[in-house]
Amino acid sequence: MLRAVGRFRQNPRLPSGFFPGRCVQSAMGIRAVAEDAYREAFGILVLSAVASIFSGVVLGGMEEELTIVPGLLTLVPALLATRGSVYGSLGARLATGLHQGLVDPALRIPDRRVRSAILAAMLNGVVISGFAAVAGYAIRYGLDLPVAPLSALLVVALVAGVLSGLGLTFVVIVTVFVGYRRGLNPDALAGPVVTTTGDVIGIATMLAGARIAIQAGVV
Amino acid sequence: MSQEWTIEAIVAATFPLLVVLTVLELWGGLVLDGSKAVLTRYPSLLTLVPGIIAVAGNLGSVLASRLSTAFHLGTLSFDPADDALVGNAAATFALAGTLFPAVGAGAWLARYALGDAALSLVTVVFVATASGLLLAVVAVAIATTATYAAFRLRLDPDDVVVPVVTTTCDVLGVVVFLLVVGATV
Repeated sequence: MLRAVGRFRQNPRLPSGFFPGRCVQSAMGIRAVAEDAYREAFGILVLSAVASIFSGVVLGGMEEELTIVPGLLTLVPALLATRGSVYGSLGARLATGLHQGLVDPALRIPDRRVRSAILAAMLNGVVISGFAAVAGYAIRYGLDLPVAPLSALLVVALVAGVLSGLGLTFVVIVTVFVGYRRGLNPDALAGPVVTTTGDVIGIATMLAGARIAIQAGVV
Repeated sequence: MSQEWTIEAIVAATFPLLVVLTVLELWGGLVLDGSKAVLTRYPSLLTLVPGIIAVAGNLGSVLASRLSTAFHLGTLSFDPADDALVGNAAATFALAGTLFPAVGAGAWLARYALGDAALSLVTVVFVATASGLLLAVVAVAIATTATYAAFRLRLDPDDVVVPVVTTTCDVLGVVVFLLVVGATV
């Protein structure tokens, strides 16, 4: 279990090249600590705030889908959070591989190692989306709350899981590899990239999934 | 990070945590869905939801990460007058106080541009700011408690505190936001 927890050591929301405590030296005053903490976190928080307004706009326009597919809103936080963890950890893993010389930063058919990392992330991302749909359905059904048929929630979650997986994998690989080739620290790129694009891609693909489910008549 | 890059090893190491994360986040989703009526009536509020979750989770994770590092460096003591503790808490409030009003204004502007701003700018910014400041209190309390608990239980705070605090802030972000919405709108 400790090993499993260790996988999350690198906080997917933060670039790992971001040394949170590098200025927390013994003799710093409160004011210095506060100013340093503020300055360090400000950039990444502004980035994620701006990106989240875009995802908010998509979500804000989804009243119709949210009404036709009851229970969909229940899945939103879970689908977004797992997206960040899964593809943030893919980015952190690729960054580590680049640093260790295990991964070749070429944008071509990936080698076996990179392919395993991508497939594992996609598998995690899609299966956990399906799990969220089943668990969300079970909880709402158990609590006697209005809920769409399980098949509808599954269609939304799986379509969103697959599409966002493809999109985020592409974004993560391109930014991490291209950044590395240009001399940037890939650890510092993976976190912010997933933070900023993850929610937008996550919500947009949920909307696509909801439209497909409604069109296909499973609701 | 392990050298083993097989699909089985990666899935086995991450999946159990993803399940726990999903169950916790579903609770947040359930609370969110409970307020669906007010959120769909006022799209500006629905627009705020991802921003509140993102900024709350990030605030918690930055603070947790800094406290864990300060703890490792031996510069953190659990004393209410400790520089690292008070300084980081102050930065969390300052970040919340600057970012949440901006998220509120951004969400309102986006809806205004789309022509469906049903609430006034002041209301949306107020909801975002009040939620943000309350969330800063929550983030400080949870990050400090979790770091202290990790210290008492002899766990590495890097392993435990960041995922716990980030997830809790995500979920409580929704709860606090809806409490403020309920009290305001």
